[in-house]
Amino acid sequence: MKVRIPRPRQSYTRSPEVNARGATLAELLRDLDRQFPGLRFRMIDEQERLRPHMRIFVNGEQVRALDRALRPSDRVQIIQALSGG
Amino acid sequence: MHRQLVVNGGYVATQTRAKRAGRKPARIVILVGTRKGAWLLHGDAARRRWRLDGPHFLGQIVHHLVLDPRDRITLLASTSTGHLGPTLFRSLDLGHTWVEARHPPAFPKAPDGQPGRAVNHTFWLAPGHAGETGTWYAGTSPHGLFRSEDGGDRWEPCAGLNDNPQYREWMGGPQDGTPDGPKLHSVLIDSRDARHLYIGMSSGGVHESVDGGRNWAPLIEGLEVVQGLDASEVRFHDPHCVRLCPTRPDRLYQQNHCGIYRLDRPARRWTRIGRNMPPEVGDIGFPMVVHPRDPETAWVFPMDGSTVWPRVAIGGRPAAYVTRDGGETWERQDRGMPDSQAWWTVKRQAMCADAGDPVGLYVGTTSGEIWASRDEGAAWSCIARHLPEIYAIEAA
Repeated sequence: MKVRIPRPRQSYTRSPEVNARGATLAELLRDLDRQFPGLRFRMIDEQERLRPHMRIFVNGEQVRALDRALRPSDRVQIIQALSGG
Repeated sequence: MHRQLVVNGGYVATQTRAKRAGRKPARIVILVGTRKGAWLLHGDAARRRWRLDGPHFLGQIVHHLVLDPRDRITLLASTSTGHLGPTLFRSLDLGHTWVEARHPPAFPKAPDGQPGRAVNHTFWLAPGHAGETGTWYAGTSPHGLFRSEDGGDRWEPCAGLNDNPQYREWMGGPQDGTPDGPKLHSVLIDSRDARHLYIGMSSGGVHESVDGGRNWAPLIEGLEVVQGLDASEVRFHDPHCVRLCPTRPDRLYQQNHCGIYRLDRPARRWTRIGRNMPPEVGDIGFPMVVHPRDPETAWVFPMDGSTVWPRVAIGGRPAAYVTRDGGETWERQDRGMPDSQAWWTVKRQAMCADAGDPVGLYVGTTSGEIWASRDEGAAWSCIARHLPEIYAIEAA
């Protein structure tokens, strides 16, 4: 499925959009990390929590649970808040 | 006859009983970590001409940038951003190229149902003992100690500290630390024994291990705490910066929230040498710098710790203070610095010394300037400006 990558993380992917696989959001993120080592830890901490200011949308709906089921036709968008000085 | 081999300040110095010739480093580089990236400030042997190289990691917070003095090749940078997880980068060519660490410091996954900790950033990087090539230590925020044995590529938690129930209690939680998080800092390795370690913890005190980090014990006797709190409580102690004298590893100096101290092992009680500072200046500050060869000499950079703790140069008149007798007396050093309306803040990692003779000193301000002295603080000049907020500087 298509995954939109926020600009600050395109240093890993070299592209704003990539393909990844996974029956759940957790599996998808692991597949992203397999393709782009180190990417996952910048978004998910060692306790499997979404880091602050990271947001993930599936088909336009914000998702917080990493066990959210995914279908191959789903569109996943990773958003990173930008604020502060 | 050669004495102790000292790996210090980026080059190997051997001391002999015969006269020691004045030496200047063949090359010197100041490693600058800032809120918006890293810069390398390359100096000539005379330390008069400087060339700025950067930015590296533009836009990222670079908490600490350290060159391994053992090989003068491995350069580690601790980075994070306001919105992304932390990581470490390694360079083997002085910053021309960088490779991300495959396993940066991270706490273990907690059992289901239990809250777990997550590294917010690596605050302090320390190369390991000279005899343990490739080893590094990292102090994190929240408090955590990590060790690498492969030059900073993979890191393992030091469970003896991180998972010790008593230490977990002393470390407290995020609300117990500095506004930007509690920090484990001042990771020191005794040059005589790789297993002999010291650490400092903001809100948590100074601690010692003699078995490579498996077991730890507090070293807080004689240290004062904020008025009204119980000094016997480890968690109330707030060391800002602890340094170990390279040529006398039994001597430590400390800039604490509550004063300047010295400890001579095997004693366990710190002496507040800051009481010998001029009373109108006091002994509040953040950095502590020790002479690379003379254990009687150390420098501090006093800050205003009155009222709401402005943390700026006292009266807007920045100055370093030096002791050359182990803290018995102190001398103000401000020649060349502004004498008014210079409200500098210098973070605990933003002052350092090189290993030249005479020693060069370097101060980085939160207003983005680097000031240097080629003569152990007698005179100062600005060697870089217009940088972002400086978090840390190291001379290599």
